[in-house]
Amino acid sequence: MSPAAAAATAAHSMTTAAAESHGFLSPTGVEIAFLLVGLVTFGAALVTVTTKQLVHAALWLVVTLGGIAVEYLLLTAEFIAWVQVLIYVGSVVVLLLFGLMLTKAPIGRSPDADSGNRWAALAVAVAAAAALVWVVVDAFRATWIDLGGPAAGSTEATGASLFQNWVLPFEALSVLLLAALVGAIVLSRKAKTEKSSPPVNSRPATGSSPSVPDSRNHPVERNGSVKGTESAEQEGGR
Amino acid sequence: MNDALDVALRLLIVFVVFLTFPLIVGQTEHKVMAHMQGRLGPMYAGGFHGWAQLVADGVKFAQKEDVVPAGADRRIFQLAPAVALLPYLLVLLAIPIGPGEGAVGEVIDAGVFFVLAVMGVGVLGSLMAGWASANKFSLLGGLRTAAQLLAYELPMLLTAASVAMAAGTVSLPGILDAFEWWWLPWQIVGAIVFFVAGLAELQRPPFDMPVADSEIIFGAYTEYTGLRFALFLLAEYAGIIVLCGLTTVLFLGGWHGPWGADGLGWVWTLLKAAVLAFIVIWLRVTYPRLREDQLQRLSWTLLVPLSLAQIALTGIVKVVIQ
Repeated sequence: MSPAAAAATAAHSMTTAAAESHGFLSPTGVEIAFLLVGLVTFGAALVTVTTKQLVHAALWLVVTLGGIAVEYLLLTAEFIAWVQVLIYVGSVVVLLLFGLMLTKAPIGRSPDADSGNRWAALAVAVAAAAALVWVVVDAFRATWIDLGGPAAGSTEATGASLFQNWVLPFEALSVLLLAALVGAIVLSRKAKTEKSSPPVNSRPATGSSPSVPDSRNHPVERNGSVKGTESAEQEGGR
Repeated sequence: MNDALDVALRLLIVFVVFLTFPLIVGQTEHKVMAHMQGRLGPMYAGGFHGWAQLVADGVKFAQKEDVVPAGADRRIFQLAPAVALLPYLLVLLAIPIGPGEGAVGEVIDAGVFFVLAVMGVGVLGSLMAGWASANKFSLLGGLRTAAQLLAYELPMLLTAASVAMAAGTVSLPGILDAFEWWWLPWQIVGAIVFFVAGLAELQRPPFDMPVADSEIIFGAYTEYTGLRFALFLLAEYAGIIVLCGLTTVLFLGGWHGPWGADGLGWVWTLLKAAVLAFIVIWLRVTYPRLREDQLQRLSWTLLVPLSLAQIALTGIVKVVIQ
């Protein structure tokens, strides 16, 4: 949602001042800060994908997403910035860490964290980045945000443009999320009926020996699968 | 220069509040719990009714050795308490205590989103601690923390959204400016849901499954000693302050009082927050701990539907009175 909304804000409220009044060689303080935060964000993103420690990668992702929130703030898009923190840092990363801890999160390096596809992945990433940058630069070539004036990305401006100019994409996205929500519920219910064997927390009445470790019926894992769906519901609910 | 001084003064005040109020709540908890259980609580430290007990505790914590387990991930283990504590300091900045722009650390346009977003970040501290300790109990505690946050953040957000709908703004001072006394019965369901979900997010009893000391030995904090453990405790009590302040501002009308609020607005805010803090302590003494599945069921089958109903009610009333 945030890229569309950000674009909406930008399109709605950018003052189309003449480009010649803004020189590239005399940056203001905000522009320098924007650049520096951007560099930090980029660095954190690089570490996220290159580090061999899984949980560290998730935590570097926090830095990356937080850096993007700061960039939104510097562009006066306050609402988008806090939503970014709320959803990505507060929920998506927590979900990610939850999944990592449930499955496999060794302390130290994971030898299998290297992928043989890394060069293909790099190519795809560069291509995607190039396409995005090209589109954005091409769309907003001559528009400038007036950082000195009233906040161009305040909650009011964002809401107005979202529900006046961009209602259709907004509604389409909510239908998409609803579909994901329903899908998650259907998947989880099917898994439950298939299982049908003993209830998960049950122990043999003698309680003597859990000698056959049945990973499917391990209480922790079971909790995890249930919660995974719930959090998917939550994401959809937003 | 005057502006800089003003900002510095505000930050200083918020910081002092951040350092003292949690101690006051902590001491109140000692005494209230003790009297509810038919005992006296701390009586000696500092002389008068043991008022300096928490200061003595702090000195004790500072003297303890700071141990990092051999198998732990050192840097993340050491960073975790700061990540758990700092968000609450930031949230405190945005809570208005009286009328006008002078009585809030920093006016934030999207205040409701700011406070909820930043409060959610604090949980990362517990997760980091739980993972980095290299301890099974800690990992279990971290998992439970994450599950609890995911379950209870939704009702909290929905009820806060209901208030924002009623006020027509997401700025905290703006919500208070729009407040009328009849919002109290109108939003009462939302208020209760918000408060309960907030308690769960803070992992306070009866929602303290993630730290359950009798079964997983304080969960994510098992391996912590000394000052770092004290920081986690401080985060819990700062969280109580923040939750009570937020409930006051969003649902109880903050600085509005029945007999005019001229000049005394901050007294009303503090009074309401103090009553809520007392309720938090009262609940701890009264209710047994909820089991993990009961915790999840309470949120998904009770709080979420209730908050959705509250939003529907808010919307209907809002349309009718326009």
